[in-house]
Amino acid sequence: MIQNNPIGRLIAHIILIVGILIVAFPIYYAFIASTQSLQDIMRPPLSLLPGGHFWENYTTALFGGIGRIGGVSVGRLLINSTIMALAIAVGKIIISILSAYAIVFFRFPGRMVFFWLIFITLMLPVEVRILPTYKVMVDLGLIDTYTGLTVPLMASATATLLFRQFFMTIPGELVEAARVDGAGPWRFFKDILLPLSKTNIAALFVILFIYGWTQYLWPLLMTNRNDMTTIVIGLRKMISFADADTEWHLVMVTCILAILPPILVVVLMQRWFVRGLVETEK
Amino acid sequence: MASSTRVTFPNKVLPYLLLAPQLAITIVFFYWPASQAIRQSVLREDPFGLSTQFVGLGNFKRILSDPNYLNSLQVTVIFSIATAVIAMGFALLFAVMADKVIRGKGVYRTLMIWPYAVAPAIAGMLWLFLFNPSMGTFAYMIRSAGYNWDPLLNSNQAMLLVVAAAAWKQISYNFLFFVAGLQSIPKSLIEAAAIDGAGETKRFWTIIFPLLAPTTFFLLVVNTVYAFFDTFGIIHAVTGGGPGKATETLVYKVYNDGFVNLILGDSAAQSVILMVIVIGLTAIQFRYVERKVHYG
Repeated sequence: MIQNNPIGRLIAHIILIVGILIVAFPIYYAFIASTQSLQDIMRPPLSLLPGGHFWENYTTALFGGIGRIGGVSVGRLLINSTIMALAIAVGKIIISILSAYAIVFFRFPGRMVFFWLIFITLMLPVEVRILPTYKVMVDLGLIDTYTGLTVPLMASATATLLFRQFFMTIPGELVEAARVDGAGPWRFFKDILLPLSKTNIAALFVILFIYGWTQYLWPLLMTNRNDMTTIVIGLRKMISFADADTEWHLVMVTCILAILPPILVVVLMQRWFVRGLVETEK
Repeated sequence: MASSTRVTFPNKVLPYLLLAPQLAITIVFFYWPASQAIRQSVLREDPFGLSTQFVGLGNFKRILSDPNYLNSLQVTVIFSIATAVIAMGFALLFAVMADKVIRGKGVYRTLMIWPYAVAPAIAGMLWLFLFNPSMGTFAYMIRSAGYNWDPLLNSNQAMLLVVAAAAWKQISYNFLFFVAGLQSIPKSLIEAAAIDGAGETKRFWTIIFPLLAPTTFFLLVVNTVYAFFDTFGIIHAVTGGGPGKATETLVYKVYNDGFVNLILGDSAAQSVILMVIVIGLTAIQFRYVERKVHYG
């Protein structure tokens, strides 16, 4: 044991508490603001304790509809974001697990070509091909559709690479044994591979859910209609620092509602998430 | 080696079917648009799409001598370095402290990872809400202290604000990696140094910090990629590239030139330059991350 140093540990605790304050304060402050009346928000400094308008503000935002975004309710935006995050997470996992399965457990002409085709997409994030991608989406009629919001983001190399890496650690004896027992590729996949991949899938789900939920550029380009957009973009549309008519109390409610679901996912699935994150990125 | 002896299934058609969904999406939404970007980068087109002509590297030449582009390159570099250094510095400090404490580790970690789940654009809006001159509480405090604070008009303050928001969001991610890195350093090494009389500070700089180098390097690449690409939302939501062009990053400029100013050739050429940057960063990442050493 290194020297037992209570003072050092005390300092460590203090620094960590300051750290937590820095990290949590902006979120806490938004929560406080979301429980105040518009008048109180406009008169800084804001109190550090919640105000008395919690129910009023939250019900108005969730069910009432907000003027600046054409009367669309925050509930609708939340549904859109949830659909987007879930579809991307689930779709990406299915698509990548299938292609990784093909690449690792089959031998066929063109295998490495396909692997590289997938690998290179790592180097083509949306940001570097904004305009032509937009044009493809317009030509295919995918603007303002859930398909347009989700399907193009389902293909990416990271998840495929992760599954490939994991599949390569599965001993060949297992495949052999399965084949001797007369199990075909489907049986092997369903009864052996999937159960073995459970933790990987859970970890990826968290990471991809966050990825889908926090998308910005993509929904910004793919949606024109306010009722098809995500809560992050909707929030951006509500805010104007130039105009006096921004409904800040409702903006802050939207802010909290926009960060709550992904925070819950991360905190509740923390164990898989942390393992998955640190392992995926290696 | 292992792959040649791998036991596989003999099916001929099945693997193609399994790969089909990913390949279809990849070709339609990745390769096709990327090839279009490369094609357009050598063409000059008027905004109405009525005529196009081949200009070779003309678009690239014009961009690279355009002061606005060079400005946004400079902005991106400053923004990325500042964001990476601040986000990694704080994360390392907190991770080292978390490694020291015995009680409450889990609680600290749980609270530390919140910002990971916050969209960059929202991180930007939270910080703008705290610091905007008309009603932000912190802006009010800074102004009461006699400073002239207005990030919406002052370029340096605008940069400060977007860097703060971008770094804040990234602390969680870096924290988790530094914690994992610290855990993999064998305690016996540190104990040995302590027995030899090395104080805490000395132990950190001579043993812990060098052993963390692979993690630090990996995070440096990841943070650079993050600052280059994922912070578009922060810039778009908080400053819109302004005031003037003080916070116009490369990605924001591609978007702005293509969608707002409709200069297609320039926007495409900028996309191609960005592509080259990503390829470079990915190559570095894979080259060194493959070699990422595991201690203990």
